[in-house]
Amino acid sequence: MRHGRAFWLFVGPFAAGLLVFVYVPIGWSLVLSFFDARNTVTPTEFVGLRNYVDMLTDGPFLSSLGTFSVFAAFVVPLTFVLALALALLVNQISFMQAFFRSVFFLPTACSYVVASLVWKLSIFNGLRSGLANTVLGWFGADPVAWTVSTSPPWYWLVLVTLRLWLQLGFYMILFIAGLQRIPVVLYEAAALDGARSWQAFRFVTLPQLRTTSVAVLLLLLIGAYQAFDEFYNVLGTDRGYPPFARPPLIYLYYTALGSGGQDFGHGSAGAVILTLLIVGVTLLQGRAVRR
Amino acid sequence: MKALRYLALSVAAVLFLVPFYLVVRNGLVSESEISATSWTFLPSSVRWENFAELFSDPAVPLVRSMLNSLVVAVLQTAGQLLLCSMAGYGLARIPYRYANVVFYFVVATLMIPAAVTFVPSFVVVSTLGWVSDLRGLVIPGLFSGFTAFLFRQYFLNFPRELEEAARIDGLGHWRTFWRVVVPNSRGFFAALGVIAFVTSWNQFLWPLVIAQDQDSWTVQVALSTFLTAQSINVHELFLAAAVSVTPLVIVFVAMQRYLVKGVTETGIKG
Repeated sequence: MRHGRAFWLFVGPFAAGLLVFVYVPIGWSLVLSFFDARNTVTPTEFVGLRNYVDMLTDGPFLSSLGTFSVFAAFVVPLTFVLALALALLVNQISFMQAFFRSVFFLPTACSYVVASLVWKLSIFNGLRSGLANTVLGWFGADPVAWTVSTSPPWYWLVLVTLRLWLQLGFYMILFIAGLQRIPVVLYEAAALDGARSWQAFRFVTLPQLRTTSVAVLLLLLIGAYQAFDEFYNVLGTDRGYPPFARPPLIYLYYTALGSGGQDFGHGSAGAVILTLLIVGVTLLQGRAVRR
Repeated sequence: MKALRYLALSVAAVLFLVPFYLVVRNGLVSESEISATSWTFLPSSVRWENFAELFSDPAVPLVRSMLNSLVVAVLQTAGQLLLCSMAGYGLARIPYRYANVVFYFVVATLMIPAAVTFVPSFVVVSTLGWVSDLRGLVIPGLFSGFTAFLFRQYFLNFPRELEEAARIDGLGHWRTFWRVVVPNSRGFFAALGVIAFVTSWNQFLWPLVIAQDQDSWTVQVALSTFLTAQSINVHELFLAAAVSVTPLVIVFVAMQRYLVKGVTETGIKG
C-alpha cells in the first residue's frame, strides 16, 4: 500500500497524460472511423466500414503510400550509405575531427521550414540565376523548373537532397558512436591475418555495426513515413497543394483539416490504417532482430 | 590517401555550409539582387538596414512568433523532463504490484509515432477548446512514452549505493529522488533536455494544426505561411529565417557535448 502510493505519486501524472493525450485520441479516432464525421467530432451516422473501404479503394490514399515508397526508396539507402561514409571519414582523421563533425551535424539545428525556404527560393528556385541552374549552365545545360516540373519529376531531387542535408549529420553521429564501440583488438587481429583495409571493413566493421545499422534503417523508414514538413513547404503555394507528390500525412492533413471542410471520419480511418501499418513494421523488425 | 580524405571532407563541408550562407546572404541583400539575372556568390553590397526593415514591418509578426516558440519550447522541455523523469524513476525503482502493467501501458505507445496520430490528437484538443491556445501547443507534447522509457533505462543503471545511503538517512522515495538522484544525473537530464528543446523549436506539423490565429503562431508557422503564400519580400523572409535559426545555432555550439550524447542515447535505443 505504501509503495503503491509512492508509485502513483511518481508515475500517476505521466500515466494520466498518456491516457488523455495518446489513448483517448486513438480510441476516439477508432470510433470516428466508423461514422460519417464531416465537420463534427460527435457524429451520429454510423457507416460501418465504409470509410475504410473508401480509403483503400479510393486512389489518393493508396497513391500516397506509393509516394512514400518512392521517397523512402531514395532517402533510406542514400542516407544510410552517405552517413556511414561521413562517419568513417570523420572517424579516421585526427586533425580537425571535431570541426568536421560539427559542420556535418549543424544542419540538425535547422527546421524543415527553413531548409525548404533555402531549397525552394534560392538553390532550386527555377530561375536562370538560381544556384542549381547556374551550375547546370556551366555545363551548357538548360535551366530546369525544379519544384514545378512533373515530367521528369525533378521535385524529387529537391525533396531528397533537402532531407539528406538535414538528417545526414544526425545519422553520422549514430554511426560514429557505433564505430567507437568496436574493440580495437579486432582490427589488430585482422591486420595480423593480413587483411586489407576493405577486408577489415567488410569482415570487422560491417558485422560489428549490425545493431546500429538496424536501428538506423528503422529510424530512417519511420522518418520517411512521417514526411510532411518539406513536402508542405516546398510544393505548397497560395493556390494550394499540387495533386501529385502527396505522402500519407499530407493527404491526411488535406482530408481531415483541409480548406474543403473537415472530414474526421475518413481522416481517422486513414490514421488508423497508417498506425496499423507502422506497428506491423515495428513488430516485424523486433522479431527479425531477436532471431 | 590522407590528403584525399581531407579533400573529400572539405568538399562535403562546403556543401553542408552553403545553405547557411545562402540564408544570411539572401537576408542581407536587396530584393533585386536575389532575382538578378546572373547569380553572384558575394553580394555587391550588404544591407544591414534590412534588420530595421524586418523588425518594423507590421505584416511580419516575427518577435511575437519567436516569443511563442520560446515559451512553447521552454515549457515543453521542462515539463517533459519533469513528468518523464518521475515516471521513469517510479517504473525503475519503486516496487509495486501493477508496475509491469503500467510499464506495458507506456511501451505500447512507443510503436506509434506521434505525427501519425495528429488527426485524433486534434479531435481531442479541439474538444478541450485548446485550438490557437498555448495549452494546445504545449501539453499534448509533454507525455512522451519514449522519454519516460529512456529515463527508466537510465535509472535502472543508477548506482543503488547512493540511494541506499539516502534511505539510511531516513529519506523517502520522494526526497531521495530530488536530493540524490536528480543532482547526480545532470548530464543525462541535459542531454535529453537539449534534444527536447531542439525538437520543440523546429516542430511544424502540430503547431500548423493548432496555432490557427496569427497571435498563436510559432516561428515555424509564421515562416511557412509567408513561404507558401510568398506574400512578403523574399529578403525579409530569409532574414527572418536567419533570426529564427540563431538561438538554435547558439544552443548547438554551447551544448554540443550533451547534444551528441542525447542523439546517441535516443537514436540507438529507439
